[in-house]
Amino acid sequence: MTTVYVPGDSAARSVGAEDAAQAIARAAAARGDDVTIVRNGSRGMFWLEPMVEVVTEQGRIAYGPVAPGDVPGLFDAGFLAGRAHSLCLGPTSEIPYLKKQERLTFARVGVTNPIDLAEYEAHGGLRGLRAALAMAPQDIVEEVVRSGLRGRGGAAFPCGIKWRTVLGAEARPKYVVCNADEGDSGTFSDRMIMEGDPFVLLEGMAIAGLAVQASKGYIYLRSEYPDAERTLALAIAAARRAGLLGDHLLGSDRAFDVEVRRGAGAYICGEETAMLESLEGKRGMVRPKPPLPALEGLFGCPTAVNNVITLASVPFILDMGAKSYADYGMGRSQGTLPFQLAGNIKRGGLVEKAFGITLRELLYDYGGGSASGRPIRAVQVGGPLGAYLPASRFDTPLDYETFAAAGAMIGHGGVVVFDDTVDMAEMARYAMEFCAIESCGKCTPCRIGSRRGVEVIDHIRAGRKASGNLALLRDLCDTMIHGSLCAMGGLTPAPVLSALDHFPEDFGASRGAKLL
Amino acid sequence: MPPGVERGDRGWYFTSAQMGNESPAVASVSDRFSSADVVAQAIADHRHLRGALLPILHAIQDRLGFVPPDAAHRVADGLNLSHADVQGVISFYHDFRAARPGRHIIKICRAEACQSMGGRALESELKARLGIDFGETTPDGAITLEPVYCLGNCACSPALMIDTELKGRVTPERLTLLLAPLRDKP
Repeated sequence: MTTVYVPGDSAARSVGAEDAAQAIARAAAARGDDVTIVRNGSRGMFWLEPMVEVVTEQGRIAYGPVAPGDVPGLFDAGFLAGRAHSLCLGPTSEIPYLKKQERLTFARVGVTNPIDLAEYEAHGGLRGLRAALAMAPQDIVEEVVRSGLRGRGGAAFPCGIKWRTVLGAEARPKYVVCNADEGDSGTFSDRMIMEGDPFVLLEGMAIAGLAVQASKGYIYLRSEYPDAERTLALAIAAARRAGLLGDHLLGSDRAFDVEVRRGAGAYICGEETAMLESLEGKRGMVRPKPPLPALEGLFGCPTAVNNVITLASVPFILDMGAKSYADYGMGRSQGTLPFQLAGNIKRGGLVEKAFGITLRELLYDYGGGSASGRPIRAVQVGGPLGAYLPASRFDTPLDYETFAAAGAMIGHGGVVVFDDTVDMAEMARYAMEFCAIESCGKCTPCRIGSRRGVEVIDHIRAGRKASGNLALLRDLCDTMIHGSLCAMGGLTPAPVLSALDHFPEDFGASRGAKLL
Repeated sequence: MPPGVERGDRGWYFTSAQMGNESPAVASVSDRFSSADVVAQAIADHRHLRGALLPILHAIQDRLGFVPPDAAHRVADGLNLSHADVQGVISFYHDFRAARPGRHIIKICRAEACQSMGGRALESELKARLGIDFGETTPDGAITLEPVYCLGNCACSPALMIDTELKGRVTPERLTLLLAPLRDKP
C-alpha cells in the first residue's frame, strides 16, 4: 500500500488539487495499484500546488504542480516508488524553500492529516497542554511572558502581559476569544493553520484557558473561510470525543470548550473591540479603550483576545520551554513569524522564519522576484493599513521596532508585491476607498475622512489644484492619524503617505521631487 | 390576521411586504410561508446562545440565500430586541442580502494582492461578460456578483469564490471554463 498526499487546503484546491486527487484515484484503480490518498494541509509553496507527495522508503517525495493530464505519465514513470519525472521535486524536506525555514508553529502543517488527532499526538501534539495541566496558572502565564511571544494579529502586544491582566481580574466568568478574522490582503497563515493543523489552535486555546482561568473559548472566524469552518467543526468534534476539549481536559478536573462563530464580511471586526461587539450579536462598532478587553471584554467579562497564530504558538512554548522560543528572533521581537509572500511574486507562499530576516531575502531568496518578471517596485507589508516600501528599503530587517522606526509595520506578516506597472496614486486612492467601505462609522475622522480622501486623491490625479490638494491630503491624513478611535482610521494614512513620500512621480510630481 | 400584518410585542405593525418594499423575488405566498418556517426554526435553534443574532441571521441566509425583509421583525420578537437593533445589524454586515440571489454567487476579490496580479482587469472582464455590476443578478437568474476583500488566497492571485469554492490564478481563459457550467444549469 502506498500513501499519497494531495493537499485539501482550499488554496491548493483553488488551483486544481481536487482534480489531481481524483485523477490519481482513477489511475490507481485502473492499474490495480493499492493507493491511499491523504488530504493534508499545504506546505505553503503555492507556485508548486497542486503538490503531491508520495511516501517511499527514501521518505516523502514531492511532485508538482500536478495537473490531471500529468497523472498517467507520473504512474508510467513509477512515481509511486518515488522515481524520476519532470515534475519530481525530490524529497519534500530537502526543497530549499522549506528546508531553510524555521517551522515551529507550522511544524505539522502539510505533514499530517489535519483532523487525525492520533497523528497530531504522534507528531508532538498535546505535550504543551499536558505540561500546562501540571502547572499553576501563574506559572503558565510567566512562561509565556518569558518566551517574548507578542500578538501576531498585528498589534504585537506581549501575550503574557495580556494574560497576566486577565488572570488578575476577579470578575467571572472569563473568556478566551480567538481572532480568526484574518482580513488583511496578503495574509493567509491563520487560514492555513485552521485548515492544516486545527488541533494546535485548539490546544493553544485550552492552554490559554488554563492560564487565565476561563472555561469557554470562542473562535471568531471570517465568513470568507468556509473550508476552515468545516475543518474546525470536524476537529472540534474529534477533540471533544478524545477529551482534548470538554469538562475534563485530558482526564483532569479542568474544563474548556470552544465554539466557532462566523463573522459576516466586515473587515473592522478584526479589530478586537468591534469583534467582541459582533460576538455579542451587535453591529461591529469599535469600543473606546479603556476599559481593556482583558478586564471588560466579551459580555463585559475579562477576556483574553488573541490571534490564531499567537494561540497556535503557545503549545510549542509550553512543550519546549520559553527559552527555546525566545532564542529565535532579534531584539524585542522574539520567536518566529509565519511571513506570507503574496501578490506579484514568482514563488508565493508561507515562510516561517525568525524575526530579523530582511525583505530582500524574502522577496528574492525565497520569492524569486516578481511573477511577471518585471522589477519589483513596491511592497506593502502588514495588510491594507501597512506602508508601501520602495526598493531602497528592502534591506530593512523584519523586526517590530525596526519597522516601526521606518514608519512601517509588520502587522500579521503579509508581504504584497507589486511590479513596476503599479500606479501608486491608484493604490493610495484604494486605501482610502477601502477605509470608506469598511469603516464602522463610529468616529468622524475615519468615516468622513476616508471619503474626503478618495475625493482629494481624485482631484490630484486629475491635476486639479494639485499642490493645494496635496497639502489638504496631508492635513486630512494628520487628522485621521490623531483623531481616529482605532487603527482603521489611524493607519489608513500609512499606505497613502508612504505612496506619496516614496512614489511622488505617480501623483504628478517630477521624478525624485519631494511633494511638500 | 391579514397577510402582511404581524403581531409583535410592541403592537401591530405592517411588514415591508404590505408597504410595497419587498423584492419581487420573494413575493410568492408559498415562499413567504416557507421562509417564515425557516426564520422560526433558526430562532428556535439558536436563541439559547449568548449573542445569538448573527448565528440566527446566518442560519436564515444559509437556507434561503438572503434575509427576507420581514425576518427582522420575527427575529426581534424572538430575541426580545427592537426591530431597529436587528435591522441595524443586518444592514451593517456586507454578507447579509435583502433579496434572493441568483443560483450561484461569485465573489471576486478586490484587495491589493489580487490587484497586483491584474485583479482590476479581471473584475472589469467579469462584469462585462455577465453584463451586471456588483450586487446584481444576471437576467437568467444564474449568477449574482459580489465584491469581497481578501479570500486568503493571496499567493494564487487573482482569486474569486464561486458559492463556497475558492478559485485561484484566474485568467480570462479560466474564467470561461468556470462560468460555463454555472449558466447551463436550469
